[in-house]
Amino acid sequence: MINLTIDNRKIEAEAGQAVLDVARENGIIIPTLCSHESLEPTGSCRLCVVEAKQGKRTRIVTSCLYPVAEGLVVDTKSERVMNVRRLVLQLLLARCPESEQLKEMAAEMGVAAEPRFTPDKDNVKCILCRMCVRTCEKIVGVSAIGFSYRGTEKNVCTPFKEDSQTCIGCGACAYVCPTGHIEMETTGDTRTIWGRTFKMKTCKVCGRYFAPEDQLAYISEKTGVPADNLAICISCR
Amino acid sequence: MMSKIKSFDELKSVQERLKAGRDPKKPCITVCVGTGCLAYGTQKLVDSFREELAKRDLTGKIDFRTSGCHGFCERGPMVVIFPEKIFYQRVGLMDAGEIIDKTVLKGEIIDRLLYVDPATGEKIIHEDDVPFYKKQTRLVFGQNSKVDPQSMDDYLAIGGYSALGKALTTMKPEEIIQEVIKANLRGRGGGGFPAGWKWDETRKAKGEPKYIICNADEGDPGAYMDRSLLEGNPHLVLEGMIIGAYAIGSSQGYIYVRNEYPLAVKNIHIAMRQAREAGLLGDNILGSGFNFDVKINRGGGAFVCGESSALFASLEGRAGEPRAKYIHATDKGLYDKPTNLNNVETWGNIPFIIEKGADWYASIGTENSKGTKIFSLVGKINNTGLVEVPMGTTLRKIVFEIGGGIPEGRKFKAIQTGGPSGGCIPEKHLDLHVDFDELTKIGSMMGSGGMIVMDENNCMVDVARYFTNFLVSESCGKCVPCREGIRRMRDILVDITEGRGQESDVELLEKISRGIKDGALCALGNSAPNPVLSTIRYFRDEYVAHIKEKRCPAGVCRDLITYSVDPAKCTGCTVCSKVCPTGAASGEKKKVHAIDPAKCTKCGACRESCKFDSIIVR
Repeated sequence: MINLTIDNRKIEAEAGQAVLDVARENGIIIPTLCSHESLEPTGSCRLCVVEAKQGKRTRIVTSCLYPVAEGLVVDTKSERVMNVRRLVLQLLLARCPESEQLKEMAAEMGVAAEPRFTPDKDNVKCILCRMCVRTCEKIVGVSAIGFSYRGTEKNVCTPFKEDSQTCIGCGACAYVCPTGHIEMETTGDTRTIWGRTFKMKTCKVCGRYFAPEDQLAYISEKTGVPADNLAICISCR
Repeated sequence: MMSKIKSFDELKSVQERLKAGRDPKKPCITVCVGTGCLAYGTQKLVDSFREELAKRDLTGKIDFRTSGCHGFCERGPMVVIFPEKIFYQRVGLMDAGEIIDKTVLKGEIIDRLLYVDPATGEKIIHEDDVPFYKKQTRLVFGQNSKVDPQSMDDYLAIGGYSALGKALTTMKPEEIIQEVIKANLRGRGGGGFPAGWKWDETRKAKGEPKYIICNADEGDPGAYMDRSLLEGNPHLVLEGMIIGAYAIGSSQGYIYVRNEYPLAVKNIHIAMRQAREAGLLGDNILGSGFNFDVKINRGGGAFVCGESSALFASLEGRAGEPRAKYIHATDKGLYDKPTNLNNVETWGNIPFIIEKGADWYASIGTENSKGTKIFSLVGKINNTGLVEVPMGTTLRKIVFEIGGGIPEGRKFKAIQTGGPSGGCIPEKHLDLHVDFDELTKIGSMMGSGGMIVMDENNCMVDVARYFTNFLVSESCGKCVPCREGIRRMRDILVDITEGRGQESDVELLEKISRGIKDGALCALGNSAPNPVLSTIRYFRDEYVAHIKEKRCPAGVCRDLITYSVDPAKCTGCTVCSKVCPTGAASGEKKKVHAIDPAKCTKCGACRESCKFDSIIVR
């Protein structure tokens, strides 16, 4: 165990743990947009930056990635930190003026939109937090979506924006999306996501549609559980 | 094909044999075939020399060599005739026969091909007397004119691979690292981190295999020193890498080179094949038992891939995106293994340090920046080209003595160093002694060594807009401050240059800059605001003129300027009315002309064509 200080509080932690995790365990709130407990950190939203002092060196670091070490002194709300967070939120508000989640977050932090940033008009709510892409790759394991282009043109899509043959229609991407950008429509026996329509399966017990056939087939293949055993919805199991 | 050289002694005898086979008094015609000269069409001149020599039955009797870039790209095509080192510049593509007949055979000098020193009007015969070369210290780059980059024999004949032989047979890896530390060689790619320490960390890091990488992903607009070194002397870079690999304990190296550098890719491929054949690369190098080989990876054209962690991602076959570097690459780099990345020029310095010793090397340069640095001197400068000077040389010397000053007697305004994310340095700092620390102190940086000179006709707000726009298109898009912040800065700069600037814009630009500097994930983002910050710092009055007075003092921003005719100077020569594409400039012969602002598109053709300087831009 090592000793560090976060916001003037002396804290014990395991060496190598990320500052963000240690802070959260101790009830210290650091805002994030791209962090998820089930996913490896990526450090792309930059909301979680904190000021870290190690020895004589003070710098702004990404708390989701920065490992704690003996003697580390962390300030999660310094002026420099708040300046970065304000800017990040203002930039995202201008990118996604329609996002309710961002508006709420900005209101909570007392951040107003920067009038000099003309809001984008493309109705995109994606903040490129990468949670969908990481979930699809690391948790679902199909990598049906990824990034295309770079910089300001960067966007999440299926390869070549064509119907993905590897997508199983599980909807995990839409589930983790913090801003509701990914559109998924489930109506009775079909589900449409990423431009493809999946056939839904009915539960053997209650008879309700509960999962895409492709998803069940994928689970069966991956786990070795016979498809028949997967034909019952969670509520009836 | 050369047979394998099995020991240092055998290497020495090969070098001796090659040297003995070359008569230093025998005439040798050397033509620069660096990319700059090739762009002039020099290949035709090369073919013509070969033909003309054959016609006169002189092939073999007179040596003929094509070499890498000599650096004086402004004056290409260039021919140097050894042993006297007669220097011909702006050589016509059909001049080969005349040069052979007059200069090589009869010793006559061809007057019109000589370089004229603009300062004195004096014609200069010998290469070493040309001020551009005379005032440089061409340590790393000097060999370029002595070797054909595709000939390992040439490299061996000037003592090439001696440093490798010395390192492998007489030095322990730790000793080599200590030598590089003592020499205080700092990374030439931009950061200026001491190379020796990096080597030491990689050597001591746990994990196998260890990788070494040569970063040849030079992407700064206007910079081409790494390109010219790799194209012109690939064996030098390779020798440096093999020494480094031995010191660090690596058996696998990579060269990450831009695919836009086809000649560099070709020449390094040839050099690697030759080195393998000679037993200088591959298994049991020089009979020492040390194994090392190199692979070439061609970059896909992303500026960000010059950043180490993005380069690793790209090498691994993923999109070139940086990651946070809280764990150093020396511990977890390529494929999460200990990795030592150095830039082309850094590797190119190694053989000299090993050959001549750290003390000798450390005698060149300033207290904390040792050795020489190659700069790519471009923009509004008379002698466009590559210059190599000791660290600590003043900007004034580089721009005015070596660079020959600003064309057409215009006034120097600023020099931009450090690539797109460097800073613009004003005239008051011309006496700055250029090294890593001094440049950082005044808000710019060394970067990889690009220097872009600007004169009074450059608008600094427009310059900031240009570089910021470059960075908008080169941001990888991973983190918010860089992806979203730089484009907002660009939008504000565009507004300012088009007359929509608001009073609070300068302050806002500074605020966004601070947020990006602190908040961006990688060095590209962290340094992206530099062009804006340094122009605000030194040329705030130009921002104010654009915003408050809606005026571009340099006469560049089209929306803020008008063209008119100075009646006191106009002679009514009618030239402007002839070149004007829209008929805006008109007037009667021998009477003062006028420009109709309603028709004028501000293309500048009238100003360029007027011999009487009578076009006013305000």
